[in-house]
Amino acid sequence: MRTIRFLLQKEFRQIFRNRSILVMVLVMPVMQLFILPLAANYEVKNINLAIIDNDHSSYSRQLISKITASGYFKLTGYVFNYKEAMHLIEQDKADLLLEIPHGFERDLVRENHEQLFVAVNAINGTKASLGGVYLNSVIREENSEIRLQLVAPTRFQSQPAVEIASSNWFNPYLDYHLFMVPGILAILVTMIGGFLTALNIVKEKEVGTIEQINVTPIKKHHFILGKLIPFWVLGNVVFTLGLIVARVAYGIVPVGNLFLLYGFISVYLLAVLGFGLLVSTYCDTQQQAMFIMFFFIMIFILMGGLFTSIDSMPDWAQVVTKFNPVSYLIEVMRMIVLKGSGIRDVLPKMGVILIFAFVLNTWAVINYKKTS
Amino acid sequence: MRRAWMKSFTRWPAVLNVANDMKQFYTFIRKEFAHVLRDRKTLLILFGLPIVQILIFGFALTNEVRNAKIVIYDQAQDVASQQLISKMAASRYFDIAYAVMNRAGIEAAFKKGDIRLAVIFPQGFNNDLLHTHHAQIQVIADAADPNTATTLTSYITAIIQDYMAAQEPYQITPQIRYLYNPQLKGATNFVPGVMALVLMLVCVMMTAVSIVREKEIGTMEVLLVSPFSPLMVIISKAVPYLLLSLINVTTILLLSTFVLQLPINGSIPLLFAESTLFIITCLTLGIFISVKTNSQQVAMLISLMGMMLPTILFSGFMFPVENMPLPLQLISNIVPSKWYYNIVKAIMIKGLGFSAIWKETLILAGITVVLLFVSFKSFKIRLS
Repeated sequence: MRTIRFLLQKEFRQIFRNRSILVMVLVMPVMQLFILPLAANYEVKNINLAIIDNDHSSYSRQLISKITASGYFKLTGYVFNYKEAMHLIEQDKADLLLEIPHGFERDLVRENHEQLFVAVNAINGTKASLGGVYLNSVIREENSEIRLQLVAPTRFQSQPAVEIASSNWFNPYLDYHLFMVPGILAILVTMIGGFLTALNIVKEKEVGTIEQINVTPIKKHHFILGKLIPFWVLGNVVFTLGLIVARVAYGIVPVGNLFLLYGFISVYLLAVLGFGLLVSTYCDTQQQAMFIMFFFIMIFILMGGLFTSIDSMPDWAQVVTKFNPVSYLIEVMRMIVLKGSGIRDVLPKMGVILIFAFVLNTWAVINYKKTS
Repeated sequence: MRRAWMKSFTRWPAVLNVANDMKQFYTFIRKEFAHVLRDRKTLLILFGLPIVQILIFGFALTNEVRNAKIVIYDQAQDVASQQLISKMAASRYFDIAYAVMNRAGIEAAFKKGDIRLAVIFPQGFNNDLLHTHHAQIQVIADAADPNTATTLTSYITAIIQDYMAAQEPYQITPQIRYLYNPQLKGATNFVPGVMALVLMLVCVMMTAVSIVREKEIGTMEVLLVSPFSPLMVIISKAVPYLLLSLINVTTILLLSTFVLQLPINGSIPLLFAESTLFIITCLTLGIFISVKTNSQQVAMLISLMGMMLPTILFSGFMFPVENMPLPLQLISNIVPSKWYYNIVKAIMIKGLGFSAIWKETLILAGITVVLLFVSFKSFKIRLS
């Protein structure tokens, strides 16, 4: 016990001595939490729309005003042929083009049926599919209005109608920050914890001070614990700062139990720090450690469901995410912060993380050799 | 620099001097290559990184929403509700996870976090439909993820309305064509982004850290006192990374063409020329950071936080730049990867020529020149 106390004293002293790193560790996440959610706004609005109206009828004009009034679209070009519209798309000035064919109104009335032509710049899949969906729903609405104008509804003739009452739970105003902030906080805690532990031990290797520790009777697990605890504390501090920023800047107050949140983060940090330690036992230089860490953290983030939903991944990828600690944290953060899930919902995931923590740390202790 | 050059000029005939310098330069580059090639683990990551990224982006990540798990609370259990449910089950967007028996079940399912949407049919659904011509279906979305919620709600609305409207008159059907990316593959958007990301990582981080490492260990001192021009010492450090990056560009392009089936629509030489320009921009950025810092950890944190994140954020490949607040949009203009990303998108996917991207090229070149100028200005021959 005393050994660990002295080791801790040494580690904390080293952390507090290096002001520039300490400032970075504490200030960077706060700044990122301020900036990232503003930037990482995937809400699709202001879709730039170019319209080619070949019909100039009252229906076509009605449709256009309905589309521009919907709020999702910004009319950037009112052009006369397809080529001009394509040019707007090539220059990224338009995302979507809508072509209303000649004789739109006449054919709709006479033939009961008419087509519209829509082309979407689909390089960005989300924007394209959401834009298509929005446009579709506006057209559908317009369609039923036209139908009402053409067919006077009488009580007995009317077609059966289904009303769809949709409601959005947990985030009624569809606020994108509410979705992103917990996820980003999860990533920041992971990055800070993982990188710092990995680099810390390797730095001792590179500078040579690890030799001094190796010749002392300090036990392997003492040494590892001495490295783990300071960064565990630091991770919790960063997490607390993050929660405060989320509260102050975005007004996000966790719906669920705060103790549960901290409980999960504590266990999670053990796993991430264990991973950092493991990487550091395999590396000789900081550059190496940094790259290997970066490699894995990048995969963890991409496969963690922060930007793209895990449900949409193919089966093999969904299996891979089961071995990704970050995906559990992001999920749990959203569950507790947004939905107020309780301990029974979180417990299975906590169990998995505990297994990760145990395996990674044991592996790191075994792999850390005091003799080179 | 000038003094060193003048000194050697007085000592040697000019022609011999140039030849000698070239030989020294070559020796230095060989030394740097030896450094890079010796560290097998880093090398493995350097080449493995783009491959793994391309594979993940190409196969695992899609923006499309599909196989979303939904629950159904069918209080009606009649013909109409069953028909609608089977329509939903047939859609590739939805997976009906299970049927719940009460409202509390819906809430529990959401809190467990495994479903995205709940559909509730009221009692006597078919009856209402037939007799009062009016019935209501309730749809509850898990809006913790707003985009998925919106998309799923509109998909389910479309399914229901298609079912009801199949026999109605006066149909307007929009025919949607997806340009450049008919299958809505994520890869089309991500490949140019991955290129920017990998080049940024290899060039900026590797150059910065490897120069600062020599400072930290003390070998920089040795190099600077050698008769070779100190500027050349720095430049020769950048050369191996230029080559590595070009290899990475080639790997990414090969993978995206043959594995992701994403053809290069524009001119390949132009693409390589622009990539080389961007690589040089990144290398100067790396040199700039190395001139300004003295410890590897600081250099790393700066390149990671200052370069990687802006690349991911501001280049527009993850998040649309036009959604950001104005100050951030302005900041995005000084991020080199944004311009490179636009260039690659234009050449590779839209198949446009140089006339479409001369502006971006000019901006990249401008950024490079400014960075070079600033780092040469603040470059000190003497350490501390």
